[in-house]
Amino acid sequence: MTEFLQLTFQGVALGSQYALIALGFVVIYKATGVINFAQGGFVLVGAYLGYNFTQTWDLPFYLALVMAMVAGAILGAVVERLLLRHMVGQPVFAVLMITIGLLFVLEQTATSVWGFDNLNLGDPWGIDTVKVGDLNLAVADLWTIGLAAVAMLLFFAFFRYTATGVAMRATALDQEAAVAQGISAGRIFALAWAVSGAVAALGGVTLAAGPAQLAPGISFVALAAFPAMILGGLDSPAGAVVGGIVIGVTQSLTAGYQPDHAEWLGTNFHIVMPYVVMILILLVRPYGLFGTREVRRV
Amino acid sequence: MSRARDLHVSYAQQLRLVTSSWAGAGFLALALAWLAAPLVLSEFQLDVGARVAIFALGAIGLNLLTGFTGQVSLGHAFFIGTGAYGAAWAGGDQEWPLWLWLPGITLLGVVLGAVIGPFALRLRGNYLAIVTLGLLFIGEHVFNNWDSVTGGGAGRSVEAETTLAGLDVTSLELFGREFEREQSLFWFTWLIVGLGALLAKNLVRSRPGRAMQAVRDRDLAAEVIGVSLARYKVGAFAISSGYAALAGGLFGVLQRYVSPTEFGGQLGLFLSIQYIAIIIVGGIGTVFGSVLGAFIVGAMPRIIESLSQDRDLPFVFGDAGGSDGFISVFSLNQALFGVLIVAFLLFEPRGLAAIWFRLKAYFRSWPFSY
Repeated sequence: MTEFLQLTFQGVALGSQYALIALGFVVIYKATGVINFAQGGFVLVGAYLGYNFTQTWDLPFYLALVMAMVAGAILGAVVERLLLRHMVGQPVFAVLMITIGLLFVLEQTATSVWGFDNLNLGDPWGIDTVKVGDLNLAVADLWTIGLAAVAMLLFFAFFRYTATGVAMRATALDQEAAVAQGISAGRIFALAWAVSGAVAALGGVTLAAGPAQLAPGISFVALAAFPAMILGGLDSPAGAVVGGIVIGVTQSLTAGYQPDHAEWLGTNFHIVMPYVVMILILLVRPYGLFGTREVRRV
Repeated sequence: MSRARDLHVSYAQQLRLVTSSWAGAGFLALALAWLAAPLVLSEFQLDVGARVAIFALGAIGLNLLTGFTGQVSLGHAFFIGTGAYGAAWAGGDQEWPLWLWLPGITLLGVVLGAVIGPFALRLRGNYLAIVTLGLLFIGEHVFNNWDSVTGGGAGRSVEAETTLAGLDVTSLELFGREFEREQSLFWFTWLIVGLGALLAKNLVRSRPGRAMQAVRDRDLAAEVIGVSLARYKVGAFAISSGYAALAGGLFGVLQRYVSPTEFGGQLGLFLSIQYIAIIIVGGIGTVFGSVLGAFIVGAMPRIIESLSQDRDLPFVFGDAGGSDGFISVFSLNQALFGVLIVAFLLFEPRGLAAIWFRLKAYFRSWPFSY
């Protein structure tokens, strides 16, 4: 039982990271209808900027975290203005490929600047753990869950109670109608990318914090957040959270139990587990658990 | 009475493969170039040429799927990998002769594509892209763990049989003259590309091709006018994967070694992206564009590699040391692919093929530019 709870806790922490990254995807998709494959690049650059602010510039960790988020927001807005604005109305495939191209450029720029070594973020959480009953809870994991929860609450409040949030939802629903109401669709797009960039930086820092170190591979984790996002449905922030946790817990439990109970599936099966879950769910529900069903007319 | 050259008086005339004596001469020139290249070019150039051929073959397949049928796939690398491992197993372990294993792995690709294809019936656009991305990771896992066939994480050598009709395609002996490995493989790979391109061209200019393009342009509308979506979406996946597996088999023969990371996970994604870059750069929805794009994308990394070895690119640090650069060859390549994709999509979304068509249109009515 202890083992189960321990694994579940780790799964929730992992899932919170996925959820943060998936939230970044969802914000952009909801406002602009673009799946941003470059999200991994934003995560990577955000985390490295955080490293740069704490380690190279010697700033306090939490200040550096905020600065990394601001820088991520600026990066997101600039990318939207320079590249994606030209692609409004283009086929899905073309937009998707633009973001993939961007992913490679961001990744390689980051490795050219900061190199391939494992870096220590110097976060205050380190490898400390707290003991609750029989469970060992990593402080970094607790902070990750906490930060993710705060970010999500802010999200819901933002979309529900602020004029800008409502404008974003309106634009997502019907661009033309929104523009007719005096909402600037361009500004909403830029804002969505900025928010996404900021969330990505937060996700990146939590990924690199604690015992995990900062290495170029973390943009890879964003790919693992795809199943989380798809599972919840592309346009549902609540779905991103649920999908993230489900995928995180499934992955963690698979890592814990599969080597003993289903050895024939091979080593490291937990890495592909999210994709297997995703494919199974999509076969049953093609638009995810909470996604809006697409209505098509001829 | 003399007619304008581009006046079509019958449907068959419009569908003709060789549209004019100029086009005929062009094909002849290409064939002669294919025959002559191995006698003229250096071994390095021929090796790059054979790699370009493999890229071209895989890209023709992807173009049938993405360019003509409009289905986005990030899983092309998985099918390439399947072909490469298939060559290692069927041609190497089982010692099947070339005439058997080469069609065999193609068939394997077709079957696997037909298994994946039904996903395209339920999922569209973005969702399909992500499911095929998942295929890369699941593929990597299988390649890593199915030790008896794939040799596990360390990879395995490919020692496939390469004799066809008494001729070893990796060291040809013709007219009493022995040719090097690079020369022989150049001839063989480009022969397959030629046949593959002909097949693809025939496919897209006939009934199935028109159905595929109808599915691409508006799948619901296509279904309403009587195109079976199940048949053409799954069919496109099957054919495209067949091309990919064939290309993978040739890749195995050329490379003589395969490892799981090449075709799965992040490098697998990069390989898939390379193929997508080829069709974007070359021209989406054209067969010859796939070959044009393969020249750029296939040759670029090798040229950068060889330039950096000679230290001609001062900002690159090569394998040989030289620490004054700031970017590695690998990073430069990946970044350049990114830039290439973004730039073409923004400025020339129909690729190099569009430039060619514009040139042709200009000269067709030359000197009247209207």
